[in-house]
Amino acid sequence: MKAEKQYIDFYQEVRFRLTSRSPEEMNLQREEALRTFAAKGFPSRKVERYRYANVEADFAPNYGIQLAPLSGTLPSHCFRIADAEPRIRALYNKVADTADSIVALNTMLCVDTLVVHVPKATRVEHPIQISNVLKGEQDTMVCRRILVVMDEMAEADIIITDRAASGNRFLTNQVIEVVMEEGAHLSLYEVEETHLLCTRYSNVFVRQGKNSTLHHSNLTLFNGHTRNRLDVLMQGEGSEVTANGCVIADKMQHVDNNTLIEHLVPNCQSHELYKYVLDDSAVGAFAGKVLVHEGAQKTSSKETNANLLATRTARMYTQPMLEIYADDVQCSHGSTVGQMDETALFYMRQRGIDEKEARLLLKAAFITEVIENIPLESLRDRLHVLVDKRLRGELSKCEGCKLCK
Amino acid sequence: MLQINNLHASINGKEILKGINLTVRDGEVHAVMGLNGAGKSTLSNVIVGHPAYEVTSGSITFDGKDILSLKPEERAREGIFLSFQQPVEIPGVSMVNFMRAALNAKRKYQGLDPLPAGDFLKLMRERRKIVELDSRLTSRSVNEGFSGGEKKRNEIFQMAMLEPKLAILDETDSGLDVDALRIVAEGFNKLRTPQTSAIVITHYQRLLDYLKPDVVHVLIDGRIVKTGGPELAAEIESRGFDWIKAEIGNSVTPL
Repeated sequence: MKAEKQYIDFYQEVRFRLTSRSPEEMNLQREEALRTFAAKGFPSRKVERYRYANVEADFAPNYGIQLAPLSGTLPSHCFRIADAEPRIRALYNKVADTADSIVALNTMLCVDTLVVHVPKATRVEHPIQISNVLKGEQDTMVCRRILVVMDEMAEADIIITDRAASGNRFLTNQVIEVVMEEGAHLSLYEVEETHLLCTRYSNVFVRQGKNSTLHHSNLTLFNGHTRNRLDVLMQGEGSEVTANGCVIADKMQHVDNNTLIEHLVPNCQSHELYKYVLDDSAVGAFAGKVLVHEGAQKTSSKETNANLLATRTARMYTQPMLEIYADDVQCSHGSTVGQMDETALFYMRQRGIDEKEARLLLKAAFITEVIENIPLESLRDRLHVLVDKRLRGELSKCEGCKLCK
Repeated sequence: MLQINNLHASINGKEILKGINLTVRDGEVHAVMGLNGAGKSTLSNVIVGHPAYEVTSGSITFDGKDILSLKPEERAREGIFLSFQQPVEIPGVSMVNFMRAALNAKRKYQGLDPLPAGDFLKLMRERRKIVELDSRLTSRSVNEGFSGGEKKRNEIFQMAMLEPKLAILDETDSGLDVDALRIVAEGFNKLRTPQTSAIVITHYQRLLDYLKPDVVHVLIDGRIVKTGGPELAAEIESRGFDWIKAEIGNSVTPL
């Protein structure tokens, strides 16, 4: 309980300061969260959904913890939780898995919540961009909370980017709750380009109503240790989810994507595609479960995890899972782990392209499928450029960080 | 242009080429004929530096330069082009990016600046016409979903883009119908100059009717056993290889 103790002590120390800065909805949840966190502690590898993470080690360092509420001007449809409608505020911590200790830690320590609320039948023309820039003089832990509420027939694109502007250690614990009412359409993009000393725990929980469609793309372009969790509960008939992810990792980077998609009702569709390119001694993990509940007939589901290992020292753990309690469904799941295509490499070299460039083109080509699935054209174009830069080692030239070279 | 002396090469420890001697001068077209397994494709792979083959002895010089120590990409930039027997599909790598990377790598090697995007696309359009390659194909990924014939046409298109000094056509005629064969061969002929040479590997006379080789070699069991003019190809077409085998008789010692 060593790693947990510092967080519990810290909470007890700042409890008053914290509650005085936070709205009631958040404060009401803190004590329960503390009990959960203190009772469970950080999950070990024995906990199924944390098999590929090293949570205690990730949270063990002594971080300074930021306790600043949101400030500045927020874009349209975005609010501090205190300024949101009461019915929206009431959804706080109602979608997240409150029994999870990482979520509990977030609930315990988070100061403010960014609410994105798109009202009924409103289409937000321009993407809402939430840009997180990690910056500080000392090693810092950030607890971030976002609540997205898409009313009936609402439509929006949300892009969340994580960057680091200083070279010290950062630990991010993020919880995003998403409620989608009937007929809502949401594209939610997460792009991480931080640096080797950044650890990120992202937890996204979505509840989908009837005929709603969700596109979620999670792109890990540069990081240290990352764990992305995505839980989608399909509660309304006719809903559809596309969950995509791409990972480019090298050196000693670690990326773990963990998804759970639950089909509760009939006639829903889920598509998952996660692709990893791992180089050097990078470690990747993908564990995705599709759970089709009893009665969820006519479910259509496809889950794919494909991985390219550029070296013998890179490692990939892949675990696609399918659990079905209905008898009239179409479900498939699969994963592949492969090496560079040597015949393609030679073909390119014979045309004069040097080996390094040829490898780069093949890696970018492997990722392309995920990028091409992104419905937002401007983001797609930008990501092609970012992926190319990333593979050329031109990304994340953070201040003073010698490790990226 | 190309000088091969007493070349021995093996793959996985098995010797395939057992002393090849071949000289190709500027402007010449040489045909290499022979049965399956004689070592024809090995010869072309060794010239372009395929990493699976090991050269155990002998030498290859290209324009006076020893190329055995050069990487495949360096040999390519020196001006050696292989039209692959089985062109590789590379999903996700667009023809445009592929060709641009190849052409600019060569230009860099020659000390030239990359070709501006507009000029490059213009060149693509121009060269595409030589082999009547549909723009639909050049906007796709490399060879992805191309038919057998389209792949071969795409090889000659790439050759037209890269303007090699020496082109090696490894069974470019296989899998082509008569019309496609004519288009590919005529395309190839349009690209010929007095300074460019070719080695054409084939089983059949058909392609040679168009390409009109200056010299015809017969490769049997890793050696060039007979060399002649165009009439040799015609004779092989009508009589096969058995008479040549009989002619050399005991000079081929079984291992």
